[in-house]
Amino acid sequence: MNLQVDVEQNDCVHVFKIIGEIDAFTAPTLKEQLEKVADQPECQAVLDFSQVNYMDSTGLGVFVAFYKKVKAVDGSVKIVGVNKRLKRLFEITGLDDIVEIEMESGDSNGTV
Amino acid sequence: MAPFDYIEIKVPAKPQYVGVARLTISGLASRLGFTYDEIEDLKIASSEAITNAVRHAYDEDEEGEIVVGCALYEDKLEIMVADHGQSFNFEETKRQVGPYTEQESDVQLLREGGLGLYLMETLMDDVKVHHEEGVTVFMTKYLGRERGEADVKQTAYS
Repeated sequence: MNLQVDVEQNDCVHVFKIIGEIDAFTAPTLKEQLEKVADQPECQAVLDFSQVNYMDSTGLGVFVAFYKKVKAVDGSVKIVGVNKRLKRLFEITGLDDIVEIEMESGDSNGTV
Repeated sequence: MAPFDYIEIKVPAKPQYVGVARLTISGLASRLGFTYDEIEDLKIASSEAITNAVRHAYDEDEEGEIVVGCALYEDKLEIMVADHGQSFNFEETKRQVGPYTEQESDVQLLREGGLGLYLMETLMDDVKVHHEEGVTVFMTKYLGRERGEADVKQTAYS
């Protein structure tokens, strides 16, 4: 029940590789990492969820807050590597209408 | 013989124990024969209830305990989450738990707390919230009732 966030930066693109479970305990770690770049104007954030094996509303809350901050400075956010389960969570909450989401490669159930 | 097996765990109202309770519930759901997707739904719904209880304890500046009671029937799993640290008389508490109303302040708090209650209601078959000496969330999931597309179409933001 741990969370690791690896950050890679290429010019103005920040790639966050999120590994583990996002819940009430680990969400603050994710929030802290994301906030480091949230206010950089016109930057792109890519959140790689391919190694996230659990997420609930605490993770969605962190994500929504980050998304708002990035949008406020004309940046963009993309979510990649989303499995079927996470996809469903984004769909249930309507977040899939707001943010760009790429399914995990090789996941045949990529219905949008 | 009791119509169900009952398992109760008590954890400190701290975020690091949400995952511990979640894994316990995952194990029980697996024992009952829920599908992978149903177990994932149960994990999220129960984590939401327990997370709310942890937040409540934080807001009140209490060093409380959370009690999670699980009743395993042949065809369903009932989960009760109480933020006031007292063990349940499960059947008695279940009788007292009625449908919640919007007027109840703590339920309002749950709603404003974000997506937690919304997810519980979407992922479980039945959710009730009871307010007396703290908040008790009571939820049920039946075996073999996969939540379909109709549930997914409803969204919180749209």
